[in-house]
Amino acid sequence: MRLEPKPAPSMAVTLLYPAMAILATFVIAAILVMIAGAAPLQVFGLVIKGAVGSQFALVETLTRATPLIFTGLAIAVAFRAKLWNIGAEAQLYAGAVMTIILGTGAIAAPAGILIPIIIVGAMTAGALLLLGPAILKTRFGVDEVVTTLLLNFIFLLFVSLLLEGPLKDPMGLGWPQSERVVAEARLPRIIQGKRLHYGFILAIFSAIAVWLIMAKSVLGYEMRAVGHNPEAARFAGIPVNRVLVKTALLSGGLAALAGVSEVAGLKGNLTLDISPGYGYTGIVVAMLALLNPLGVVISAIFVAGIFVGADAMSRSAGVPSYISDVMVATALLSMVTAIMLTRFRIRWR
Amino acid sequence: MTAQSNGEVVLNLSGITKTFGPLIANDAISFSLKQGEVIALLGENGAGKTTLMNILFGHYVADSGTVTAFGKELPKGDPQAALDARIGMVHQHFTLADNMTVLDNIALGTQKLFWPSFDRAKARQRIVSHAEDFGLSVNPDALIADLSVGERQRVEILKALYRDARILILDEPTAVLTPHETDALFRTLKMLVAKGLSIIFISHKLQEVMAVSDRVLVLRGGKLVGEERTAETDRKALAGLMVGEEIKPPQISEPQTGKTVFRLENVSAKGVGTGADLHDIFLDLKAGEITGLAGVSGNGQAALAALISGTLSPTKGRIHINGETIGSWSPRHALAHKIGRIPEDRHAVGMIGDMSVTENVVSERYLSNRFSKMGFLNWGAARRFAESIIHDFDVKCPSPEARVRLLSGGNMQKLILGRAFDGDPQMILASQPTRGLDVGAVSYVHAQLLKARARGAAILLISEDLDEVMTLADQIVVMSKGRLSAPSRRGARTIADLGTLMAGHGFESASNTAPKEPDHAA
Repeated sequence: MRLEPKPAPSMAVTLLYPAMAILATFVIAAILVMIAGAAPLQVFGLVIKGAVGSQFALVETLTRATPLIFTGLAIAVAFRAKLWNIGAEAQLYAGAVMTIILGTGAIAAPAGILIPIIIVGAMTAGALLLLGPAILKTRFGVDEVVTTLLLNFIFLLFVSLLLEGPLKDPMGLGWPQSERVVAEARLPRIIQGKRLHYGFILAIFSAIAVWLIMAKSVLGYEMRAVGHNPEAARFAGIPVNRVLVKTALLSGGLAALAGVSEVAGLKGNLTLDISPGYGYTGIVVAMLALLNPLGVVISAIFVAGIFVGADAMSRSAGVPSYISDVMVATALLSMVTAIMLTRFRIRWR
Repeated sequence: MTAQSNGEVVLNLSGITKTFGPLIANDAISFSLKQGEVIALLGENGAGKTTLMNILFGHYVADSGTVTAFGKELPKGDPQAALDARIGMVHQHFTLADNMTVLDNIALGTQKLFWPSFDRAKARQRIVSHAEDFGLSVNPDALIADLSVGERQRVEILKALYRDARILILDEPTAVLTPHETDALFRTLKMLVAKGLSIIFISHKLQEVMAVSDRVLVLRGGKLVGEERTAETDRKALAGLMVGEEIKPPQISEPQTGKTVFRLENVSAKGVGTGADLHDIFLDLKAGEITGLAGVSGNGQAALAALISGTLSPTKGRIHINGETIGSWSPRHALAHKIGRIPEDRHAVGMIGDMSVTENVVSERYLSNRFSKMGFLNWGAARRFAESIIHDFDVKCPSPEARVRLLSGGNMQKLILGRAFDGDPQMILASQPTRGLDVGAVSYVHAQLLKARARGAAILLISEDLDEVMTLADQIVVMSKGRLSAPSRRGARTIADLGTLMAGHGFESASNTAPKEPDHAA
């Protein structure tokens, strides 16, 4: 078996293959559901119902999608310039820590001032966290996959240190958790009494802003050029290293917004489990969206829907909710395969 | 070459057809090779020579047609079958491990896996005996890294002979050789056919084809358009077959030489890739003149081109532009000084294949007011610029939004010319500007360079094609092992003189001194 390049795919092929990828995902998931001893169609029905079948479900899905949009955007931006940022998880926590530092009473200001200060502070923290790996890469050629990945564990331990020490809530009964942010630092709810908050609106605006940057701005052009062919970019006079550093700052800042949104929008305080791997899931979200910033919104909602729906399904059908992880992973593999098949044909001999 | 071609047929290709999408790379090609015969496969780049050889070697599977060697049909798509049928190939780019000896390279892959011992003495004895038989003198214990290009090619040939090849295919074997080394290769080929081997010699150089072959097969656009006995044809007839039309050589007027635009003074720099470092380079480029730089590939041309392009910084020496000494140097500085640059590798360096025509043509000046304001690009202006280049340089492409990857080499090169020539640069660096282009595109590139010369640009033409340099250049310099010879005016040095310099001889008097006119000496 071998791969031969194909001529440019037609529009129909470009749309057909992702559709087939989604179909393949469901077929593979169906087999697993049957092994678990349930009826696939019933289970899928329950997943969809649990994801979007009621106002409660829909709100829950969008709430879960919010941090994924931020981390998905962070990855989409970085991967476009072929800066392999695997450290969105740490950058998320950097944003969360900064939200606690600025938002628990250190600054007394009305919400209209305090929230922007928190956003800027958190983005700076996330950006600085990725600056180190970016400089190591551009100066010394250190592989950023290794540095950003390992920084996740280092930073999580650092957060643990903070929560046992300076940021520990004195009223927290000894739990490793921070104080709650003040009311002025809270992102308001979109609908009273529901969990969905203005972080979701901020995420949508961020996606539009990132799309504008990528498609229309000089920086976006430079990032794409550096990502596609750094040697040609350098020859044309594009400052490759400087572009990579700017990309890192933007990516780290976006990931940090996920931390702001989770702490100031949802949880109110910082614990070590505010992110069940949003930084890593962001990679899947960005890849499913083919690194398109607006596509990230859709794929984040899709991935969040599967997670939320699977939770609901497992309660009533008795199939473990791990099926959601399998489905998301299968969707990613199918999508990657579909993209490959639009570019290459397989020859058997 | 002596006509030994009355032997039996050793290789027969019959009705080979291969298509890639809409492109017909090989169209029902049939021919046979006899024992003791040298066939030249002549054709432009893209004529289908390489595809045909890849089919013969089982790298591609033909849509239809058969390959028969020594009376047995070869199974399709099986490279091992070709080797077992005693067909050997010497690639243009050598496939040798630099850090191993000649002996190990030759024996590599012929030993049984999981066989504990390796009889070096026997292998050495075989190599030495083959080397003596065919005049391929090479030390079996030398490291490949220490060998010259000509010697490496001999190792490649020995490697094929060691595996008992009876049919030898040489793909553009002279592209990397000096004229002297080429002569030595031709002598070896004569000895090989005298011993009964059959040879397929792939080339696009007419004089070589005339010198070595018994028969010439001409490919054009994937079709076999001519089959001639070498003794009964001439260069002009072959050129006509190869190109399909008559190509007139460019008319070159007397140069209108102006002041020195660009000067390198005692410049040294680190090498690029596997190429040589630059040592103490002096170079003067004058307005209205084409300076041709000849040399065998890998002797520092890439480093010099990178240096002038701005991607490589000198470790020593000074760059002067219009008499001013340049402080810092980068691609942006080069562009700011109105240096138009045509890079050697248009795919890897010149263009970004996955980006559109528009995005590529603005890459050198997207920060100017013309194309961007306040950090946002003016895509309308960029598109209009792309359209003007497409129109002025006759680029064949579906639209300015088309990805550059989809364009042919010639059209890609036209885009690069359009980008480099925008704003009438005072100097042009053209590094291998016609490599891999078809004849039409080559003459177009030459015409554009001559046009720029006529309007007073200083041009440096770096080329491995000696004919091209001797045709276009008003003054010629030769590069060898990272050193640059003194310049000579058009016609002042013969091919033999240039060949001697290309081989690295005669530099002692020229190095470490300012350039002097060699006309008096020559």
